[in-house]
Amino acid sequence: MIKPMKTIKLLALFFMSSLILTSCSSDDDGHDDDHDHEEELITTVIYTLTEKNTDVDDNSSITLTFTDIDGPGGENPSYAVSETLLSNTEYTGKLQLLNATDDPAEDITEEVKEEADEHEFFFSSTISGLTISKNDTDEDGNPVGIESTLTTGDAGTGTLTIILKHEPTKPNDGTSANAGGSTDVEVTFDISVVDPVK
Amino acid sequence: MKNICLILFILIFSFSYSQNCNSIFIGEVTDFHNKAPLENATIKLIGTNKITISDNKGKFTFQGLCNNVYSIEVSHLGCETKILKLDINGNTFKSISLEHHLEALNEVIVASSSKIEQTSVQQSISKKDIEAFTDKSLGDALNTISGVSSLNTGNTIVKPMIHGLHSSRLLIVNNNVRLSDQEWGDEHAPNIDINASGRIDLIKGANTLMYGSDAIGGLILIRPENYAAKDSIFGSTALSFNTNGWGGNLNSEIVKTFKSGFYSKVQASYKVFGDFKSPDYQLTNTGIKSINASARIGYKSFEKGFDAYYSYVNNNIGILRASHIGNTNDLVQAINSGEPQYIEDFSHHIANPKQSITHHLAKIEAYKRFKGLGKLSLQYDLQLNRRKEFDLRRGDRENIPVINLKLFTTSIQPNLRIDAIDNLKLNTGILLRYQNNEAISTGVNPIIPDFDKYDVGAYTTGTYNLNLNSEISAGLRYDFSRIEATKRYRVTDWNETYNYDELFPEFDSGEEPSSSRLLTFPEFTFKNTSASLGYANQFSDDFEFIFNYGLASRNPNPSELFSDGLHHSAARIEIGKLTIGKEVANKFMISLERTNQNFGFSISPYYKHIKDYIQLIPVGETTTIRGSFIEWEYFQVDAQIFGADIDIHKKISNHLKYNGNLSVLKGNNLSDDTPLIHMPGTNFSNSITYQNPKLNQLLVSLTQKTVLKQNNYPDYNFYTFNATTQENVYVDISSTPPGYSLFNFNSSATFKPFKKGSLKVEFNIENLFNVSYREYLNRLRYYTDEVGRNFNIKLKFNY
Repeated sequence: MIKPMKTIKLLALFFMSSLILTSCSSDDDGHDDDHDHEEELITTVIYTLTEKNTDVDDNSSITLTFTDIDGPGGENPSYAVSETLLSNTEYTGKLQLLNATDDPAEDITEEVKEEADEHEFFFSSTISGLTISKNDTDEDGNPVGIESTLTTGDAGTGTLTIILKHEPTKPNDGTSANAGGSTDVEVTFDISVVDPVK
Repeated sequence: MKNICLILFILIFSFSYSQNCNSIFIGEVTDFHNKAPLENATIKLIGTNKITISDNKGKFTFQGLCNNVYSIEVSHLGCETKILKLDINGNTFKSISLEHHLEALNEVIVASSSKIEQTSVQQSISKKDIEAFTDKSLGDALNTISGVSSLNTGNTIVKPMIHGLHSSRLLIVNNNVRLSDQEWGDEHAPNIDINASGRIDLIKGANTLMYGSDAIGGLILIRPENYAAKDSIFGSTALSFNTNGWGGNLNSEIVKTFKSGFYSKVQASYKVFGDFKSPDYQLTNTGIKSINASARIGYKSFEKGFDAYYSYVNNNIGILRASHIGNTNDLVQAINSGEPQYIEDFSHHIANPKQSITHHLAKIEAYKRFKGLGKLSLQYDLQLNRRKEFDLRRGDRENIPVINLKLFTTSIQPNLRIDAIDNLKLNTGILLRYQNNEAISTGVNPIIPDFDKYDVGAYTTGTYNLNLNSEISAGLRYDFSRIEATKRYRVTDWNETYNYDELFPEFDSGEEPSSSRLLTFPEFTFKNTSASLGYANQFSDDFEFIFNYGLASRNPNPSELFSDGLHHSAARIEIGKLTIGKEVANKFMISLERTNQNFGFSISPYYKHIKDYIQLIPVGETTTIRGSFIEWEYFQVDAQIFGADIDIHKKISNHLKYNGNLSVLKGNNLSDDTPLIHMPGTNFSNSITYQNPKLNQLLVSLTQKTVLKQNNYPDYNFYTFNATTQENVYVDISSTPPGYSLFNFNSSATFKPFKKGSLKVEFNIENLFNVSYREYLNRLRYYTDEVGRNFNIKLKFNY
């Protein structure tokens, strides 16, 4: 026979465990119902090139812009190159990563800078004679690539690919393939280098 | 005043009677189930020399009894002996019912190899065999059964697969509670501590309707032990140690039973492993830490009882570091390099990427038997599943998961089993279930949205004994299910990519999109009918023929409907679709079995046709800021899966035993006339066991397992453009790895170092020849070889 008192005690025990269960579930970690805020997203890559030669009075810069405002999927990303590059010219390059879903846009470049030792940009171009060197270094003295120098050779058309690797092998041989890690950014711009109009 | 007089009168009357000792006790013994009289039952008055036997009407008489309290013992062949107290007060009549069905008796007495239903195609893993997997997972234990394979993510996330089907197509029932733990994800292993289970039953064919309509693959029943009603306390502690992963498991349990029928059990286990090792390299970040506990308390008698159970599972599982990649080019590089891109020295530390999961399960069940009817039971259960997946993140987000889901499930299930009718047993019940998923803010759009789900089901199953040797069973189930979700869609996806603005305008909240995302409230209702039919016939002593048919329907799960996001480990974007409907399977299975100690076998061919089979397949590449990703979408096709499972055992000599099994399977996508993706290859195993009970129960065995290369696979390979090298690169995501053979060595002996209790010592070697291999059904096969050789020592104390 089940003694009523015992049953009640057991039921109470069961109830207590379900209470614990419910209390365990209260760690909501600041839950809000809106899931429309994408934090870590990079929507925009801007590569700004400024001519180093100061005696040219036109010191306006060239911008290479990649935008995918709604992140992976959805709308197709867009590429924009504001101007052609000039042959045999040295440019100061600066990379900027943005999350434009925030208003004002969040500057992701800062995050990369803070974790410079875990990040590295890689540049490659199909145009012969076009070289890019990285000017900034992380705490270990390895290149990062937010700041760079782009030097053009002869005129030509082709592509410029910018890759950002997360947790790459550092130092590496300068190629993204050798660096491994995971790719955070990989964008390819169609660019052309033309001879300056004399 | 009148009452007092009456009481006084009775007191005096009974007093005078007791002096005389001439009361007559007339009784009747009947069958509990059908109230049929039981002849030849022995009735004894304990403490006296009075004994009698019931007549052909079940009646018996004792004369010349004093007015007193007597203990009577009633026994009958094939029945459980019953002792009851009886207050003799003058001439007394008492009807006594005895439990007369052997089958039902099995519920009281521990039965080691009884089937759920005679007509089921069922295989079981006993407690003893479960113990061999104390430091492994449920999937690993089930993997030893023919027809069962597993879908793995690394070697610690093991998802069972029956006949090539997994996830929502398998019902996993733990302690009579259907496990709800985000089972729809490919990389979500069942949250079960194998050490907490007493026995595992696997049902491949029909007879699963009581648990759900959607067991297209099969049913896995994890059952607790049954305890005998006696005053006892016993327990065990098992300790294991492994060289591969430098870790092991500690499991302890204590059981207290009472003669009254009460019992209680407490169990806890702790498992820790560091990085595993393949034959050639370390598998960085593949460790696991797991804490589990369970408690059970209950009371059991033939007529009534209850059972309360609570279990807690906490798993921290590292995911191979090298599997965290960025885009298709990273994947190509990983596939082509032949070894992980990230190898570090051994560590017990679990870093990101990792999964951290807790699962609570609590239930209470009570039953009562009614004379002439059957057993009525009522169960209430609660489950809470917290899944957190951590990835390598930028900024200070190291400790913020990318996936953070809270799934709460509760259900109530009344069930009535009618066994009063001769040769016919009926089982009928209702299920009410509520489920709520909450996607907790992670800074990443949730892969599974918030939803509420309501389920109502009703079922009736019955088995009928045609004659002594054959039995048929049939069942019918109806399910109603409703899901209400809240999800934000990208405006472009909603309007253009999937055309939902025209297909489902009613889901649009009407709110202005925020951050180019549209708030929607998708709602779906599903109604399903499912059925099963079984036939079993025993002939020439130890042969049995079984036929099973099942009609099963499965509603699309939340992942198939709503999934939308990026899986780093596969460089893929997975997309569910609102247009996905239910899938319906027709299953046929026959089985020829021989249960004989010297030579036994079972041959079970099967055929399944699945209409609108939901599959996740790669459909192409999509460009993102990270470069190109492979897009995987859910599609529905008509499919068929057929094959056969064969098991053989033979006794070679008194000490030598042979076991073998073979599974062949073929899965076809009938709509596209291609093979189905992720179907297990043909596999077979052979083992020879030497056993000597006189020599400390010495057991030595050698097992070989071979998995052949899967040659039937759909080709979804493609070319991707590598901007750095300016080349088109072949992305081989479909090709299957070559076949492999593994050998395992096992040995054990039991000693009696103490007065009470025993010590069992085991020494095992897994992957004896340190073979390097990859398995098609491992999601990490692109990145790394499987685990290499492992030496294992286990100590188990029984006390």
